[in-house]
Amino acid sequence: MEHRLANTWWMTVNEKKFIETTLLSDLRIDGRRPFDYRRLTIKFGRDDGSSEVQLGQTHVMAFVTSQLVQPYRDRPNEGTVSIYTEFSPMADPSFEAGRPGESSVELGRIIDRGLRESRAVDMESLCVIAGKLVWAIRIDLHILDNAGNLVDAANIAALTALSTFRRPECTLGGEDGQEVIIHPPEVREPHPLIIHHLPIAVTFGFFGDENIMVIDPTHKEESVMRGRMIVTLNTNGDVCAIQKAGGVGVMQSVIMQCLRIASVKAADMTSKIKNAVESYNTERALRKIKRHSSSAALDVNKPDVKLENQNQSVDQKEIGDLSGHHVERLKLISEERGVSHSNSMEGLRQSPEQDKTTRDVNSKGADFDVVETSLALHGALIPNTKLEESRREKPSEADPGQLLADLEPAPSPDGAVETGEQTNGKKTLVDAVKPKHKRRKKKSSNIDAS
Amino acid sequence: MEFVSPEGLRLDGRRPMEMRQIRAEIGAVSRADGSAVFEMGNTKVIAAVYGPREVQNRSQQINDQALVRCEYSMANFSTGDRMRKPKGDRRSTEISLVIRQTMEACILTHLMPRSQIDIFVQVLQADGGTRSACINAATLALADAGIPMCDLVTSCSAGYLNSTALLDLNYVEDSAGGPDVTVGILPKSEKVTLLQMDAKLPMDTFENVMQLAIEGCKAVATYIREVLLENTKQLEYRRGV
Repeated sequence: MEHRLANTWWMTVNEKKFIETTLLSDLRIDGRRPFDYRRLTIKFGRDDGSSEVQLGQTHVMAFVTSQLVQPYRDRPNEGTVSIYTEFSPMADPSFEAGRPGESSVELGRIIDRGLRESRAVDMESLCVIAGKLVWAIRIDLHILDNAGNLVDAANIAALTALSTFRRPECTLGGEDGQEVIIHPPEVREPHPLIIHHLPIAVTFGFFGDENIMVIDPTHKEESVMRGRMIVTLNTNGDVCAIQKAGGVGVMQSVIMQCLRIASVKAADMTSKIKNAVESYNTERALRKIKRHSSSAALDVNKPDVKLENQNQSVDQKEIGDLSGHHVERLKLISEERGVSHSNSMEGLRQSPEQDKTTRDVNSKGADFDVVETSLALHGALIPNTKLEESRREKPSEADPGQLLADLEPAPSPDGAVETGEQTNGKKTLVDAVKPKHKRRKKKSSNIDAS
Repeated sequence: MEFVSPEGLRLDGRRPMEMRQIRAEIGAVSRADGSAVFEMGNTKVIAAVYGPREVQNRSQQINDQALVRCEYSMANFSTGDRMRKPKGDRRSTEISLVIRQTMEACILTHLMPRSQIDIFVQVLQADGGTRSACINAATLALADAGIPMCDLVTSCSAGYLNSTALLDLNYVEDSAGGPDVTVGILPKSEKVTLLQMDAKLPMDTFENVMQLAIEGCKAVATYIREVLLENTKQLEYRRGV
């Protein structure tokens, strides 16, 4: 109710008339044609099962989480999928904090019907023990900015989040074989959900009495339009859900025309979603390859610096764009230590982030640990520097020897120091600290990459 | 499960294109401005309309049209298992919204600015098709209250089970998990104002099912007109015209 009022309030009569009249000649206020979508941007979060969708100015965020629960009594071997919508009061003046309003409930129900009743997500594969434990999938939809057509944006957000979500692998164990062991994602690769088809919601707005219709109405158009119809279909030509709650009447032939238009748009959207998900999956896989290849380097375990160097150079190619960045950091750190390097990395630019690193190092008084961990991060580039350093600092035995020892294990992921020369007392402490630092920093370097 | 027998009969003995018996009664609530009871087989719904009256919450007042409100509820005893449902669950909120918007489309709200019309619908017995029954009952109640409308709204549902299109699903057929299409039309212009669909259905099949539901709506419209005409005749008779 409040939604309607706030919507009509800020629109003047002239503005409304203008929108209606321009639509008579197939023009829309944002320059689109009647059956065009606004620009769609799909972004993914760092974790699996989170996505951020922008449809023009409309901004929706989706998070998928899972939990083990007891199934419903009438469906003992099926998991559950539930959708929660959160209309942030920040997104629109008509949204109020507190209890979900009518529009929020309607949005949730439309997406719910499209996803659940059309059996898009395989529920039976979510069963762990029939009648006792199933996975409950929860989709949280957050509306961050409302610029019209929330349903389509939220639906795409829900679909993309679902397709990138992975639930942890679990097995039965214990004495009676009834105990459920959930394996953390580091131990066993988590499972993606089985999604049979992607139901895409397409919103039509109807204007005036002559049944002018547009696709993907903006917020302004929404406050003028006389009726709305949301059609949810998949690429197989199946209609998964329709919602036309009142509003101006339309002929049956117009509805069928809408369905045909919507099926074309749905195919278009599906390919966009699939591309986005695929690129996310490739990126995800690449991230993992990096981890494995560095552990392969650990297996080599050769004290010979040159051999390790070769291993790393393969990595270096993989990291590619990151490397420049790492080089910079390295350079700064080495400068800090007072070792004047006249290496090839001099000409690189200096970003504020690196400044921060410098300051960090400063405050710690050129602590070796810091140097070491930051080097450990950027294993790929170490060998080069390392070689240079070893060449340079050979004459002075005491300090550089220590340095070399610290540098040596850097490329190995869990800091297991195995090369012969580094057997000194300091090792154990270093070992304890390194993996932690490493994981955290690795993540941060991933953010930089994305 | 077999929903259509080889003889072409449904679980309750109807033919696929046959509707349940419908019965309507006007003036069930004495204090209301308009009220009606509508039955479709075992589904029974009561509707009451209050208004046009002064807007209760001033901040909601609209200066160029009437404010329409609707509240849908299900009696605790309406379903098979008697349970206390929390008021304002998601399903009933959505149905309230749907009924309100459907009725708003046919009420001439611009004739009654700064006023409020309340529609209350309650399901007494639920046996499938409660949404349709509620809309039909609300139409009758609005007509009884003498609220100006551009047309009646009538509604009917249809489904698709055992590769047969079925008109007016009952509870067993509805809960089979097949598609369920609820249609509301403005019978004079034959335009669709309400359309809701669940589950999966190929596009051409959907057209047939929707066509069937529209035919059902027309049948309901004919009956509702009869009831209203009969009611008006009685009023005329009582006034001694």
